[in-house]
Amino acid sequence: MEACLDFIRDHLVNTETKVIQATGGGAYKFKDLIEEKLRLKVDKEDVMTCLIKGCNFVLKNIPHEAFMYQKDSDPEFRFQTNHPNIFPYLLVNIGSGVSIVKVETEDRFEWIGGSSIGGGTFWGLGALLTKTKKFDELLQLASKGRHANVDMLVQDIYGGAHQTLGLSGNLIASSFGKSATADREFSKEDMAKSLLHMISNDIGQLACLYARLHGLDRVYFGGFFIRGHPVTMRTITYSINFFSKGEVQALFLRHEGYLGAIGAFLKGAEQDSPNQYSWGENYAASSGLMSTSPELCPTQRARSGTFDLLEMDRLERPLVNLPLLLDPSSYVPDTVDLTDDALARQYWLTCFEEALDGVVKRAVASQPESVDAAERAEKFRQKYWSKLQTLRHQPFAYGTLTVRSLLDTREHCLNEFNFPDPYSKVKQKENGLALKCFQSVTRSLDSLGWEERQLALVKGLLAGNVFDWGAKAVSDVLESDPQFGFEEAKRKLQERPWLVDSYTKWLQRLKGPPHKCALIFADNSGIDIILGVFPFVRELLFRGTEVILACNSGPALNDVTYSESLIVAEHIAAMDPIICSALREDRLLLVQTGSSSPCLDLSRLDKGLAVLVRERGADLVVIEGMGRAIHTNYHASLCCESLKLAVVKNAWLAERLGGQLFSVIFKYEAPAE
Amino acid sequence: MGAGRLGAPMERQGRDAATSAAAGESVSVDAEARRREPLRRRASSAVPPGSGAAEGVRRERPGSLSGTASAARPRGEGLRKRRPLFPWFGLDIGGTLVKLVYFEPKDITAEEEKEEVESLKSIRKYLTSNVAYGSTGIRDVHLELKDLTLCGRKGNLHFIRFPTHDMPAFIQMGKDKNFSSLHTVFCATGGGSYKFEQDFLTIGDLQLRKLDELDCLIKGILYIDSVGFNGRSQCYYFENPADSEKCQKLPFDLKNPYPLLLVNIGSGVSILAVYSKDNYKRVTGTSLGGGTFFGLCCLLTGCSTFEEALEMASRGDSTKVDKLVRDIYGGDYERFGLPGWAVASSFGNMMSKEKREAASKEDLARATLITITNNIGSIARMCALNENINQVVFVGNFLRVNTIAMRLLAYALDYWSKGQLKALFSEHEGYFGAVGALLELLKIP
Repeated sequence: MEACLDFIRDHLVNTETKVIQATGGGAYKFKDLIEEKLRLKVDKEDVMTCLIKGCNFVLKNIPHEAFMYQKDSDPEFRFQTNHPNIFPYLLVNIGSGVSIVKVETEDRFEWIGGSSIGGGTFWGLGALLTKTKKFDELLQLASKGRHANVDMLVQDIYGGAHQTLGLSGNLIASSFGKSATADREFSKEDMAKSLLHMISNDIGQLACLYARLHGLDRVYFGGFFIRGHPVTMRTITYSINFFSKGEVQALFLRHEGYLGAIGAFLKGAEQDSPNQYSWGENYAASSGLMSTSPELCPTQRARSGTFDLLEMDRLERPLVNLPLLLDPSSYVPDTVDLTDDALARQYWLTCFEEALDGVVKRAVASQPESVDAAERAEKFRQKYWSKLQTLRHQPFAYGTLTVRSLLDTREHCLNEFNFPDPYSKVKQKENGLALKCFQSVTRSLDSLGWEERQLALVKGLLAGNVFDWGAKAVSDVLESDPQFGFEEAKRKLQERPWLVDSYTKWLQRLKGPPHKCALIFADNSGIDIILGVFPFVRELLFRGTEVILACNSGPALNDVTYSESLIVAEHIAAMDPIICSALREDRLLLVQTGSSSPCLDLSRLDKGLAVLVRERGADLVVIEGMGRAIHTNYHASLCCESLKLAVVKNAWLAERLGGQLFSVIFKYEAPAE
Repeated sequence: MGAGRLGAPMERQGRDAATSAAAGESVSVDAEARRREPLRRRASSAVPPGSGAAEGVRRERPGSLSGTASAARPRGEGLRKRRPLFPWFGLDIGGTLVKLVYFEPKDITAEEEKEEVESLKSIRKYLTSNVAYGSTGIRDVHLELKDLTLCGRKGNLHFIRFPTHDMPAFIQMGKDKNFSSLHTVFCATGGGSYKFEQDFLTIGDLQLRKLDELDCLIKGILYIDSVGFNGRSQCYYFENPADSEKCQKLPFDLKNPYPLLLVNIGSGVSILAVYSKDNYKRVTGTSLGGGTFFGLCCLLTGCSTFEEALEMASRGDSTKVDKLVRDIYGGDYERFGLPGWAVASSFGNMMSKEKREAASKEDLARATLITITNNIGSIARMCALNENINQVVFVGNFLRVNTIAMRLLAYALDYWSKGQLKALFSEHEGYFGAVGALLELLKIP
């Protein structure tokens, strides 16, 4: 503790800080020491208040925070997507004792019970029984033991008859029932296992009794007793299933060890109106969940058990659900769960490994005037490489592994080594080139008949989408042939019928009344946004449809950012009266998504966007690009019409979808009447 | 199921007395009695409490102290026909202990005495003239129910226990004493009735009649409560359980037994919600029971008997071992209304090496007792809340000579329920299953 305080003093405390928030029983015990060492006033925050604050925080802000543990299934972790309504729930915090708290709202919670048989009992009694002093070692022992040597089982009492009676012979009738004898020795492993079962079962039983009394079916477990230890999670899950007959769900948290500390921090930040922000997990700086098999890599467990890291980025604005989601509680952004799909996982991990050299090169090239760019890029390479290796062995380390999480992790790692926007120069150059072509493209579109024009517009959207540096096949072409033109891209496109082709239905729809308002999620800068999206937007405006154009808040790959979109729109408005008047009259609105990811999570969008969507009564959502329309949202159901389009610029994925490279996905969906 | 027991008058101990017809008849009588019984009980419970009439008719049950027995069930020909042969045993073979109840007839006539076969006599003498059997069997003399009338016979009910691991010796004794010649049926309950059934048959040539554990338990409790305890009340509670000066054990009149939460603490714990004699359900159970207390004490202190473990516990101080709320918060944890004396973490102090070294074996035994007892109290309380029941009867041999546990249960239930729940206890703690088995033998509903 003293060493820790010295560290804080040396590294963190600046002169302006006067108060430090602390929680836990130790906040009382170490108050004087902290005040003396840090010369700060200690604000003791209530343990449970902090814990609940922290728990609400992670449940709301960290995708895939909560998971179920399933024994003998692969993967053993089953993550939950963020549920829009997290309340009410039961939190069972297993520290040295057990606290059971019913959480009803953000600020309302109630201690409804507890038990003295908790982690301290396992540790204390375990130390007495086995002479093993360390908690983790006790768990190691337990994972090797056979409790049936110590516990009296139903079959010990009934003999073989339990089968005919329909009783499960393996049920424990009396914990430590067999040790009630003076003349037998019991192994440390067996006793530790028996103790673990005893405590886990007891906690599970009490949790069920409380859940039942309060009519709750979700129980989150936290506290140091769990700390990701599979053997503990397994026994607690078993116990909950057994005692609730499957009616209560045992859920664990990836960051359960930090709940109290996060809560204390949030308490301290309260003067800072915390509701104005959302937070996101920084994959680069956070250590992942530990391996489920302590037997396999005990050293790694021991190490990460001592120094786990969680880093959260404060996002500038609050994130909310897209109001147009059909069922927010069942929305899962990601199309493929790579934790589940081993084949896809191997492919994508390899794909990201192979692309790493190019990303490093690009990062260095983006900062020619920096002396240490090469050095930082190398550090980035090592970091991301090691993340990929971790994920190969522990795919669940950061929640459900998806293409999105791999992309986001790369962005986070780039950021960590000060490469916030490696494509900024490329994007500028491409925007300049594309703007030059804008007028000739619109002129030729305007010369077409109505029906021809609609197809040309869609083809333009698709062709623009070929220009994506994120896709390796395309970046190869772009690197080698910068003159790769828009027309050429159109020629590369698959001929209709496309791989997924509901264009006819879309055309039919366009013959009907105009949409009230379209929400468009843009993808790449340059040709994509300027020659693909803007002409399409222009046509919609022309039809009398208002348009909300949503771009990323922060940079990711060559995706167009909100601030870039403002500049682009300004340039186009100068050339084009339709765009110009629409901007002036607020019929074309540019907004930010709140995201800095090449993918799209419709459950975490900028609040301003959501408000606007509601105000304007958006009735069409257009999502373009592989990242947003295939890797994510391919199966997303909306309560209005939607258009998902992308060019499959990855041969493996194309094959998986049943097509070839540059296959076209054109998915128009209208909600059932 | 041995037919010999049914319909054969005890006066004539002929082998051929039993017939299938008699069995049929006896079943129908039995069923008739069953139909009547609940009605009578319902009628009596409808009488307003405190009214003079209630006392007189309250819960007549077959078999009661001799003073009122003749009024309740006259000795008649029909009754005699249904009476099984002596000896009358009820057996409950648990995970740790075997509980045996034995009815010793005291109204044996000279003629009967003459006809009584030698082996039967020898069993009676052996059981009633000793208080200990072998090195581990014990007769709980203080529990003996005197002058009890059962099935029209007057006698004493004896309560005997021995460890389940001595079951083979017991069966051997049955063989040696030639039990099988008596053509008696052993009514047995508990898991061991299944486990040892084959041994009884092959070694002792004895047929076990296996009976449902929970049926027997409930029957036994209701019956024993109805006959009282040699003129005293069977059921009791504690007043001021936390105050060793003022704590008093007081009789409790279980006049409205239903609904009742029944917590049977043997090696493990079973919790039943009882709504009427025939309507009950097992709510839950826990493996942290008497076996856990004794098992952990053996490991932690090296003790070898339950009594020794309890004796150590009585001299220990659990606060050296457990981490209390005040150890963490310096006092009460007011935010949650947790008093400073409450245990926050059982054995929590044992995480520290110094405190491990400072704790005595007595302290450890005490902490084990407190941990197990508190946990049972907590689960029982939650079940009572979930089932909406406010009287909780704790039985089972964990409570034998275990005032610490009983007082703690009484206090914990009262404190955490803010006086809503009442903990009740019963003098014959662990013998109800065996009594229930005996009642089955006698076909007493």
